[in-house]
Amino acid sequence: MSTFRNLVKPYMLWMGIFIVIPMLLIIFYAFTSEGNSVITVKFTLDNFIKFFDSVYIKVLIKSLQIAFVTTIICIIVGYPISYVIANTSSKVQTLLMLLITIPMWINTLVKTYAWISVLSDNGIINSLLVKLGLAPISMMYTDFAVILGMVYNFLPFMILEIYTALAKMDKGLIDASSDLGANKVQTFQKVIFPLSLSGVISGITLVFLPSVSTFVIPKLLGGGQYMLIGNLIENQFITVGEWNFGSAISLIMAMIILISMYFTRKFDQDKVENGNKKEVKHA
Amino acid sequence: MRTLIKFENIVKEFDGTLVLKGINLEINENEFVTLLGPSGCGKTTLLRILGGFVDQTEGKIFFEDIEISNVPAYKREINTVFQKYALFPHMNVFENIAFGLHIKKQSKEIITQKVNKMLRLVGLDGYEDKVVTLLSGGQQQRVAIARALVNEPMVLLLDEPLGALDLKLRKEMQHELKKIQKEVGITFIYVTHDQEEALTMSDKIVVINNGEIQQIGTPIDIYNEPENRFVADFIGESNIIEGKMIEDYLVTFDEQNFECVDYGFDDDEAVDVVIRPEDIDIVTPEMGKLKGVIRSSIFKGVHYEMTIETPYRDFIVHTTDFSETSKEVGLHFFPEDIHVMYKMGTY
Repeated sequence: MSTFRNLVKPYMLWMGIFIVIPMLLIIFYAFTSEGNSVITVKFTLDNFIKFFDSVYIKVLIKSLQIAFVTTIICIIVGYPISYVIANTSSKVQTLLMLLITIPMWINTLVKTYAWISVLSDNGIINSLLVKLGLAPISMMYTDFAVILGMVYNFLPFMILEIYTALAKMDKGLIDASSDLGANKVQTFQKVIFPLSLSGVISGITLVFLPSVSTFVIPKLLGGGQYMLIGNLIENQFITVGEWNFGSAISLIMAMIILISMYFTRKFDQDKVENGNKKEVKHA
Repeated sequence: MRTLIKFENIVKEFDGTLVLKGINLEINENEFVTLLGPSGCGKTTLLRILGGFVDQTEGKIFFEDIEISNVPAYKREINTVFQKYALFPHMNVFENIAFGLHIKKQSKEIITQKVNKMLRLVGLDGYEDKVVTLLSGGQQQRVAIARALVNEPMVLLLDEPLGALDLKLRKEMQHELKKIQKEVGITFIYVTHDQEEALTMSDKIVVINNGEIQQIGTPIDIYNEPENRFVADFIGESNIIEGKMIEDYLVTFDEQNFECVDYGFDDDEAVDVVIRPEDIDIVTPEMGKLKGVIRSSIFKGVHYEMTIETPYRDFIVHTTDFSETSKEVGLHFFPEDIHVMYKMGTY
């Protein structure tokens, strides 16, 4: 046993250097003011107070909105696709899931650049419109472009999660439901959908979290003026050079993500836990 | 008794293999019918066709003289207890049992009343709030039975429902199922590969092999008068001997003539003869119809299972009396213990 335990040590070292120490540094920066030296450290909450300005709060709200809309679209688009895939023969399932996951092998940056050439004023769509004698539409640098880019990038995660939940469901339950008089719609409402909810919830986690913090997609498809929380943090570190404020925003983001994860998890586990409590009461 | 279900020439093909080769079967009201056969014989497929989960390739099913071949599962007045129970994991015991009633939009009071009645019937009072996934196999089984019966179906299908339970629980449930069937007074169609289970519970046994019905009869008929070698071999243990019918009431095997009670065969027709191990008595060599030597004797609890070597074959004999091995003994049996069967073409 102890030899196996020793195998963990390199990983702990790795995680310490590349995850724990940077995190501690971010916390340190967030709670100190600029211009520290080794001898003088000035702790302060100013960086956090600065964030509660309507300009920044608006950016935060906008980020949450965009992430929320992206997640909803991913559910609406992803659920039917997952459902159809899960009901095909196992050979077709493997093939379709491969097709769904292939875009995940390509770098987000590359995929987003591809969208620029599709959406831009003289891109593929607009050239087609002009050829058909229609007026071109300006699509770049809008919420539409940003949300499209995010949905495109994060949809596979949603599909994977929902598909897994649907595929591992016991098909006998569907037989049982129809045996007890439920037609296809009722079976979906009362059996299939409730049992796939856990997949939807992990899908939400996998889509919402990256959507809320991404900065590449809004930067490229939203343009230089387009500001989401990810861009704000990036700017503080790279353009403005205010590492302390940037760290504070990062911490605030981390808190928001932790809280939303806590609630989605809780929602997922609620049913089971309720059941367990009842179990104890009776026993 | 009135005929409730009629299968007419049911054929089922899966990927080019014939699973059912033309099943004709009538099932009466209020009957406990068992479809018995080895795994892969097509018995579960027949049940699933009746439940509406699989479509037959050919043939018709009638329910109270109305053809239901094209009626979807959810519209059939049949409920099923599935092999792996198929309880809804996101619902508690009460919600599982109430599922069918909810679908039929019955009132809350009626649902509560009916579900409670069912819980009492299967002995699960007070379990309504429990999570089904935390119940034991036997309890899950009872929930599955209650969930099906609460809909007051005219027929209950049971697909090897006791397969996952241990021996003691299985025996208990066998009696309980029979009791429940008598109490609710509906037709039970029960699928199993366990011959003892079939003999214990059924009013009528349908023995199936290779997608064909081998014999239909009461447990006593099936056991005492097996129609062919397969049935004799599958139901209980038997000594199956190739013989020849000399004339009515006289059969010959192992170069000896024996009186029997069978008739209606052609003279000199080749037949299979069955003698059940418990019908053979061990006597002194002079008294026996056949002579042999005890080669082995295994204690089985109530009886000893002996292998007795005769010049032509080994006989299996069940006896409660102990005899030493290597002893020369006689085998005695009465004319009514000899069952003569037609030879099977395929077996």
